[in-house]
Amino acid sequence: MKVLVAVKRVIDYNVKVRVKPDNTGVDLANVKMAMNPFCEIAVEEAVRLKEKGVASEIVVVSIGPKACQEQIRTALALGADRGIHVETDEEVQSLEAAKLLKSVVEKEEPKLVILGKQSIDSDNNQTGQMLAALTGMGQGTFASEVVVEGDKVNVTREVDGGLMTVALNLPAVVTTDLRLNEPRYASLPNIMKAKKKPLDSMTPADLGVELAPRLSTLKVEAPASRQAGVKVADVAELVDKLKNEAKVI
Amino acid sequence: MSILVIAEHDNSSLKQATLNVVAAAKAIGGDIDVLVAGENCGAVAEAAAKAEGVNKVLVADNAVYGHFLGENLGELVAEVGKGYSHILAAAGTVGKDFMPRVAALLDVAQVSDIMRVESEDTFVRPIYAGNAIATVKSTDSIKVVTVRPTAFDPVAAEGGSAAVEALDIVKDAGLSSFVSEELAKSDRPDLASAGIVVSGGRGMQNGENFKMLEQVADLLGAAVGASRAAVDAGFVPNDMQVGQTGKIVAPQLYIAVGISGAIQHLAGMSDSKVIVAINKDEEAPIFQVADYGLVADLFEAVPQLEEELKKVL
Repeated sequence: MKVLVAVKRVIDYNVKVRVKPDNTGVDLANVKMAMNPFCEIAVEEAVRLKEKGVASEIVVVSIGPKACQEQIRTALALGADRGIHVETDEEVQSLEAAKLLKSVVEKEEPKLVILGKQSIDSDNNQTGQMLAALTGMGQGTFASEVVVEGDKVNVTREVDGGLMTVALNLPAVVTTDLRLNEPRYASLPNIMKAKKKPLDSMTPADLGVELAPRLSTLKVEAPASRQAGVKVADVAELVDKLKNEAKVI
Repeated sequence: MSILVIAEHDNSSLKQATLNVVAAAKAIGGDIDVLVAGENCGAVAEAAAKAEGVNKVLVADNAVYGHFLGENLGELVAEVGKGYSHILAAAGTVGKDFMPRVAALLDVAQVSDIMRVESEDTFVRPIYAGNAIATVKSTDSIKVVTVRPTAFDPVAAEGGSAAVEALDIVKDAGLSSFVSEELAKSDRPDLASAGIVVSGGRGMQNGENFKMLEQVADLLGAAVGASRAAVDAGFVPNDMQVGQTGKIVAPQLYIAVGISGAIQHLAGMSDSKVIVAINKDEEAPIFQVADYGLVADLFEAVPQLEEELKKVL
């Protein structure tokens, strides 16, 4: 069974985000970039499926500028077999990403597509569901367990208040949540090997998709910042302040 | 303008988040219809009809919608919603699941998790886990929008008298089926919507010590959360995680115990109205966002807190 994994290059999750002074966006110059944490979980799940003998080939795809190839190489070092880079310097919104991935799905015909549930930059939580709708596949979003059985996949989902398990016909789309697995680190020999794995590059035009963003960002601002408050001497003073000053208990 | 709000419910009662979303719809302006899709969900429809500001309630009552499967809801909402200028749902796990399908089927973008309405086509939403706030304008003819419920004060649950209309639209995509459900049976409120949250970090040292926080939480009617460090250390399960990669919370009162205040944690709780930090390290970054800071050993302070709260509550 072939598994397709989509990964996104984003700001490293440990980096403090700074809004540009002209309010046009977030300052990404000279900032450490990394694979989106939920995408790392997606790659790990695919690798585990291969280790279990369920997946036979893992294809990893990323959309974005040339530098995305770093994240594709990371996925190859973690165990993916080959990479596809859809190269564009334009902003790619979720619907367009889903259309590009749909074209890749039509070419590659994977049985399972695994994506992160959201990227930690735009926080949209849309692409996997949109891809599923456009390709007419079922979706197991916010997955904490993925079990392939015959021509179905059972996905346990993290829903408000607990867990819900659904059975999906294959091919299907799965989006990962945090508890699905704990991603491994790439070993140095595997990083070296990954450099030799095949990586195809193509453009949105090659995939027959015209990028036409529907949303425009008018401005980006820093959130209202909090001021440090007061230090209290002891627990009694704390409770008194909460009750009589803040009036929250 | 005409707005379709998709009700959030459990087939027996209407969830309050729906009233918050109706409030967001009122901020956009126009006629507001509510779609209740579920199975044996008549009581939900009646509750929705009483909500302030609702024009009409549409009910799609069928077994195919009973478990809110995104594939079926997506097709239903795309069909019912195509006659509206806006389609709104709460950004809970149900809305997040089916709404992008609706947007894709209608070939429009989705605006996720809005915190404010600027105008009928312009919305304010958090990006980078709330570390930046974007104002976004949609050029699509139908705006598909998910709403952060805590950002809008709910409309009144009573007083309205909307007409209820049954829809005979059965959409079974045939792609997915419900297997089982395991809902946490906790008497504590849900972390994401709790009015008070008590969270523990690495300073708690182990999972057993979280019982101390649970006792305080139960006195306050609070939910219990944790930092990623506490989750990574294996003290508590990941569904308790507050932060960029966990749950985003904005309670009236957030009590951080033994949490240093890493960026990724602050991203998940800094919209809380009042923040209390208890930490023995007075240099801990959590004190920079805390309204009330107590520099103390948590193993002394938390039992004292429990005793003091018993006196005043």
